[in-house]
Amino acid sequence: MIPRHLLIGVGVMLLAVLAMGFYAGRMRGRVAEVAPAVADSRPVAPPVSGATERVTLYVAYDDPGILRVEGANIPLPSARQQRAEELLRAVLSIYLSKDSPHPLAPGTEVRAVYLVTPGVAIIDLNSAFANGHRSGVLEEELTVTSLIQTLVANIPGILRVKILVDGKERETLAGHADLSDFYDTGAVALLVSQLQGGP
Amino acid sequence: MRLSALGSARQTNRRTFSEEAFRRVSLVALLLVAGTLPAGSADEKKITIYATITNFSLPVADRDGRDYIGLLEAIEPLGNVTSRTDGLHWKLRFNDTDAEFTAGKNRARIRGRDVDLPAAFLLENGRGLVPVSSLSTLLPRILGGSVTFNLASRRVFVGSVATHFTAQLSRSTPPRLVMNFTSPVNPTIATEPGRLRMSFRREPLVAPGTALLTFDDKAIPSAAFSEDNGAAEITVNGTVPLMASFSNDGRTITISPAPQQLAGPSAPAATAPGAVPPPVVTKPPANPPAGERHFYAVIDASHGGDDRGAALSDKLAEKDVTLALARRLRQELESRGISTLVLRDSDASLTLDQRAIFTNTAHPVIYIGLHAASDGKGVRLYTALIPAGGENNGPFIAWDTAQTRFLPQSQIATQGVASELTRRQIQVRTLAAPVRPLNNLTAAAIAVEVAPPGSDVMDLTLPAYQENVTSAVATGIAAVRDKLGAQR
Repeated sequence: MIPRHLLIGVGVMLLAVLAMGFYAGRMRGRVAEVAPAVADSRPVAPPVSGATERVTLYVAYDDPGILRVEGANIPLPSARQQRAEELLRAVLSIYLSKDSPHPLAPGTEVRAVYLVTPGVAIIDLNSAFANGHRSGVLEEELTVTSLIQTLVANIPGILRVKILVDGKERETLAGHADLSDFYDTGAVALLVSQLQGGP
Repeated sequence: MRLSALGSARQTNRRTFSEEAFRRVSLVALLLVAGTLPAGSADEKKITIYATITNFSLPVADRDGRDYIGLLEAIEPLGNVTSRTDGLHWKLRFNDTDAEFTAGKNRARIRGRDVDLPAAFLLENGRGLVPVSSLSTLLPRILGGSVTFNLASRRVFVGSVATHFTAQLSRSTPPRLVMNFTSPVNPTIATEPGRLRMSFRREPLVAPGTALLTFDDKAIPSAAFSEDNGAAEITVNGTVPLMASFSNDGRTITISPAPQQLAGPSAPAATAPGAVPPPVVTKPPANPPAGERHFYAVIDASHGGDDRGAALSDKLAEKDVTLALARRLRQELESRGISTLVLRDSDASLTLDQRAIFTNTAHPVIYIGLHAASDGKGVRLYTALIPAGGENNGPFIAWDTAQTRFLPQSQIATQGVASELTRRQIQVRTLAAPVRPLNNLTAAAIAVEVAPPGSDVMDLTLPAYQENVTSAVATGIAAVRDKLGAQR
């Protein structure tokens, strides 16, 4: 004959198993109901700590299709290369904001900027930037000149700029603006003056 | 009875002998006659029809000294066709279009409207024959689209089918004549003393700016384009035996002097695969041949094929708008006496390098690239933004900066077009732009980006707007043609 205390013990354990199973089932259902977190596609914000500096940004405005010079205070690291990356991130954050004057594709990000002596800058952007860019001569050249001129205005000595996408050369940005060649910053400066004039 | 039977046998034998002799003489005569014909049906009159879905040739029938063609055969490959004969009436249905012809009558009825024929419609055993010269009238109405008919050469182009070509002499040793085609070609090639002939029957090859191309070279002094009897022909004249080789998937034919062992009047033209010529830009000759001096424009409808360009709306692609603009601009320029070459006259894919090569080898005075945009209003005119680098090396100009020395002429063209657009109160803006192939071109080169006149992007397709813009561009270019031509 089975002792009574053993029967009670087994019964309690069975109840505990059932209760835990019920609890686990409820928890699984609750997890399924919670929506997965939306991927944050915005570029990483500049470091908030440290001293800020006054910089000049060249910001594109689709309406009426011009470039405007805007001042901004942003924290900048001391290394030239990181400064270049933060400058471009500052411009991109404007384009990715809610009231963007020149919307770019969500997920657009600067992968790196390489400053190669003498006077050569390589901007490496991610594929979201190029694949989601609107197609059109003016739209594309506003983006390209905005990025290049912002670099040139804040980092002296840049003479030629090349734009890569995901570390690779690309023929055009979105069917129009040429990305296969190096940009001559002198020629870009002349174009910037034209683009500041407006229609 | 026996004699009679013998005589009958002799008669039979004589008849048999005479029939056999007649058959032999006839056969010999037939062979002799056939031997005098160069290629059997080569002299047969033909008409060739080029369409997007197929190209085909048909024989032309002679009736009372006039050329006729079977209408059913002419349109059957192009769609669903049915026909039936009702007494003297011959009824035809092509897709949703009804046509009715009456034997012996000069009038037909198509889509409910009367159409006059230059000669009577003929009905032969249920087969409807129409005068060849009536095709330019009949086909657009039956097929419901544009049809270009060259009556003299009997070549019919249905819709926007055309293969263009350029020819450039490479002054290497030995010299090579490089001919680039906008579509793959497979001509019949024959050599004879002093020339190499390429006959294009199945390709919708169209004439270049000038029928006679001269190259200022002793070995290959010239080439000529001609078309006749439903085919086009390019004849390359040479002082030495020539051979042709194909490359670039049939888009490039290179003519060069034949090796010595192939030399001789009856040597067949050799064909061999080769590499695609690199996009090297040579300096234009200091004294271009007389045939290249006239004002000649290249029109480039940007994008095409898989490259749709900008999505102007859910249904409207940039490549379709640029093609429509290119065709209108061609009409506008040619109506002002300016010869044109449209680089893309169909939904074909062309790389940026190909566009530059075709343009540079055509030696135009001006290149006009067409784009369309949904943002903004009016028209934006671009000249090249010359990239960094570009070191010229001896007789070669750097590919990426080839436009540099032509930039002043490009700006003159831009100013001319901008003035005309402004005069017509079309909003215009002039800018530099990093848009290829502008920087690769050795001629005045501008890009025209057409935005809608107002807020509705579909207004880009309005015929009146397209006509106004292209007319202004053509007028602006015509206004500065002396300045561009003088500096060329």
